[in-house]
This record gives sequence, structure tokens and C-alpha cells, in this order.
Amino acid sequence: MSAEKKTITLNMGPQHPSTHGVLRVKLELDGERVVTAEPIIGYLHTGIEKTMESMLYYKAIPATDRMDYLAPMSNNLGYCLAVEKLMDIEVPEKVKWARVCLVELTRVASHLVWLGTHSMDLGAMSMLIYAFRERELIIDLYEACGGQRMMTSYIRIGGLASDLPADFEKKVRNIIKTIREKMKDYDKLLTENPIFIMRTKGVAVISAEDAINYCLSGPMLRGCGVDYDVRKANPYSGYENFDFDVPLGKNGDAYDRYLIRMEEMRQSLKIAEQAIDGMPEGPYRAHVPGVVLPPKEDVLYKMESMIFHFKIITDGFKAPVGSVYQAIESPRGELGFYITGDGTNIPRRVRVRPPSFVNLGALPILTEGYLLADVVCAIGSIDIVLGEVDR
Amino acid sequence: MKEILTALGRIFIRMPIGMLVVLKHLFKKPVTLDYPRKKKPMAPRFMGRQYLERYDDGSERCVSCGLCAAACPADCIYMEPAENEKGERYAKVFEINLLRCIFCGFCEEACPEEAIFMGHHYEFSADNRDSFIWTKEDMLVKHPRKDNPFKTLFRRVRKVYGVGEKKG
Repeated sequence: MSAEKKTITLNMGPQHPSTHGVLRVKLELDGERVVTAEPIIGYLHTGIEKTMESMLYYKAIPATDRMDYLAPMSNNLGYCLAVEKLMDIEVPEKVKWARVCLVELTRVASHLVWLGTHSMDLGAMSMLIYAFRERELIIDLYEACGGQRMMTSYIRIGGLASDLPADFEKKVRNIIKTIREKMKDYDKLLTENPIFIMRTKGVAVISAEDAINYCLSGPMLRGCGVDYDVRKANPYSGYENFDFDVPLGKNGDAYDRYLIRMEEMRQSLKIAEQAIDGMPEGPYRAHVPGVVLPPKEDVLYKMESMIFHFKIITDGFKAPVGSVYQAIESPRGELGFYITGDGTNIPRRVRVRPPSFVNLGALPILTEGYLLADVVCAIGSIDIVLGEVDR
Repeated sequence: MKEILTALGRIFIRMPIGMLVVLKHLFKKPVTLDYPRKKKPMAPRFMGRQYLERYDDGSERCVSCGLCAAACPADCIYMEPAENEKGERYAKVFEINLLRCIFCGFCEEACPEEAIFMGHHYEFSADNRDSFIWTKEDMLVKHPRKDNPFKTLFRRVRKVYGVGEKKG
């Protein structure tokens, strides 16, 4: 036997429960230590970008839901803001506030799923059940608003699909109160738990320099102490009116990311509360004839609305020639939509900048030199959604 | 020394506090439902399977304009128009492939006659693919209607144009 170093190749996934979907990781192991970890993606490829390029602008909204299925409202918002930027539509104030409220609750829901699954990966089984119990409240709110529990399609171009339900305020206040209460329980369970700390502290460390070089965004980037939040850097949808903090980490390890996401949930609840307190009255859709669908009650009684309704639904609207890029802060990071219009009613190119896809690129750095069991922690702390990675 | 104390504190104080949380939940009423026997009421706007609405006199509302088929992102609606003896358009064939349907509700939103709408029914599993192609007969509501399955629906337009509203 020679003295050369022997490594073995281990395949993890695509059916591994801890890869949060159909991610396959090709691991090069030296004993228990990971030498390289290569993520292999594409098992959930659905061609959503191309699908969107073959559809009228308004029809692509249900397709955006299906990318990041844990944060459907964020995707809707990103796409609609991009199209509104392209078409130069100004939405009413009420729509902006309602969107902010819904999107922040989406962030809470998404982080709750992350919290549950991540801590279950690390062995805290009951956390998953508690997190899903609280998420149910937000899902119920979606159902009351848009009629669907996960694929909401509630945020539309130029406004919302329908007016907010009558008991919206009551429901949101109930959600905020309940989750604030329950977050104390999560803190008790995890934040100071020695097992959880042992599994996460000092694991999957990435330096600020590497994080910037890898284009990371969201809690992954802020975990290293880089202060970048799209909501603060490039405010959209009226985020400049809200008072909130952007939590920052120090070490860039999985534990810091956990703390940041927990703090983000508190901040999101704070923003949602501000949004519900200051929600102005007004229409739920912008009045832009020929581009934004008129409200349904107008369609039935007013001739012009009926004509525009027919025209928009059958033929869409013609977008000007030009490109726009609109980024939003989705729960996972910077979600960007790049849309090129070519003067017809179908986009020439739609490109999505998915945060989990970009964040997943840092997996080799996050796992290099750590133990095999820490790979699960690293994947969990990236918070990937494979629907968005593969699109 | 301080680190050891923190570690000991975590093990002997923090962990039991966390366990207490779990223990507390042991005596709480479960939030889950005994599903097939007990069902959760759906929200008024919930979008389940499609229905085709009728007017008060039992005639079909659908005029086969094709807007729902045009609006459908999944292209799951197929229809063939025809005219009756009075010269009114109606849908001779109206089929929805529920295997393709994504329940986005665009058809309901597009319909200018308030004919198609999404009901609250969400349990329609079957063991062969053909039974997922719903024809007009499957979707048209019964006439005369014995029970009103839409009484929980809140739609402003339907309240004005609604079936049960024009009686007086």
C-alpha cells in the first residue's frame, strides 16, 4: 500500500431528506472530513423563465408562485414590480402598504419553515411541529385574501387581485400577537440549547470577503456582518416609510444566521404592525386603462371597463422596448427580475436572479474541512428552495 | 472558568427550560384535525373545483365567449360555441382538464358573465385519468337547486347578479 491519501466519493441526495428537496451533493470525503462538496442541481427544472417568455405578462404571475413556493407573495411582488417599472405604473398607496404587510408576513412564514426544518435536521424534532403550527395562521391569511393557501397569485400587476378581506386587520393582529408570543418558546428551546449551539456554532463559516465574492445575499451575507439589505439600499414599494433594523452577525457561521433569521422575524412582525396601523384607504388597483385589469364590479356595469377587460385578457398589453431590473429582498436574499420588453405583448426575455441558487454556490466553501454531519447543517443554514434553484 | 460556568448553565438551566416548553405542550389541546371525519371550513374566497352557474330560470349563464380559455395560464379549458333556436350563444362543449388546472382563479376573474367560478370542493381524487376531464354536465349546478352550495361565498358581483337574489 502506498502512502497516498485516499478519498472516497459519496453521493448525497437527490432523495436525501436533509437536502430540502431534490439537491444532489457529490461529496469527496477524507474519513469523516469533507474535502469538496459539489452541488448538482437541475432535478426540479421546470423551465419557468421560458414559460414566462411564452405568456402574456399577466399570465406569468402563477408561474412565479411556483419558483419559491415557501414565499409566493415575495415572488409575485418582485415580478409585478418589475413589470410595473417597465410599464411605468404608479400603484395606489393602499396597495403598497398592503403588499408590504403581506410580504413581511411571507418572510415570517418562510423563516418559520426554515426554522422548523433546519432545527429538525439538527435533531430538534418538536420545533418543526411548533413552527408549522404558527405558519398555518399565515397560510390561512393567504387563503382569506387570495383563495389559495400556497400558490396565492394575489399580488397582480398594478395592484391586488381583489380587495383585502373584511377581517384582514383582525387576522394580521392576531398573527402578530401569536407569533410574538410563541417566539419566546422558540428562544427557550433553541437559542441557548447546548446541543444546538454545538451543532451550529463555528460550523459552515464563510468570511465577509468570500461572501461578497460569491454574490451572497440575504441572511447569508448579513451573517458575516455585511450590511446590505435591498429594503434599505434600494427601497421599493414604500419601504422607506417603515422603521426597522437590519440585524447583522459577526462570525458568519450557522448560529449567526439562525440569530439573524430570528431577529428578522421580529422585525418583519414590527413592519407588518406598522403597515396595518398606517394602512390608508383607497382603491386596490391602479387605474391605468389598457394595462391594469379594471375591477370586476366595473366590468359588469361599465362599457369601457368591459372593453378593456376583454382586450387585456385576450391580448394583454404591449410593453415598450427596453429592459428593467427590479430586486426585492425575499426571505432568502436578493430576488431580482430582469425583463426585456420588445414592443409586443410577450416579454422577450425574463431572467430571474434567484437568491437560493446564488447562495447555494457557496456550498463548497461552507463545507470544506468540516465533518460529514455538518453538511446537513450547512445546507440547512443556506435555506434553499429547490424550486427556485432550478426554476 | 467563565466558559465552563456558561456551559454548565446551559446544560443544567437552559436545557431544562427548553424541555419545560415541550412538556407544557403535552397538556395542550392538539391543533390538528381528525381530517376525513372533521373538516375545516374553507375561507369564503377559497378556490376549489370549477362550477358553471345558471340564471334563475335555469338557463346557462355561459355564452362561450372564450375569455376563461384565453386567460387560463395552463390552457386547460376547451370549449366549442353553438347557437340555440333563439339565437343565443351557449357552450356546446365545455371541458376542463383538472390535471392541468392550477387553480389560480383567472377563469373566474376573467368571466364577464359570472358563469364560471371556483367552488369550495377540493376532494376529487380518482383512479383513472379520464375522470379528471370535467365536462359541462359535471360542472353545471343542479336546477332547481335544493341546497345552495355558494351561500358562504362572498362576491360582491354575485350578490347583485346572484341566483338567489332576484326573487323579490
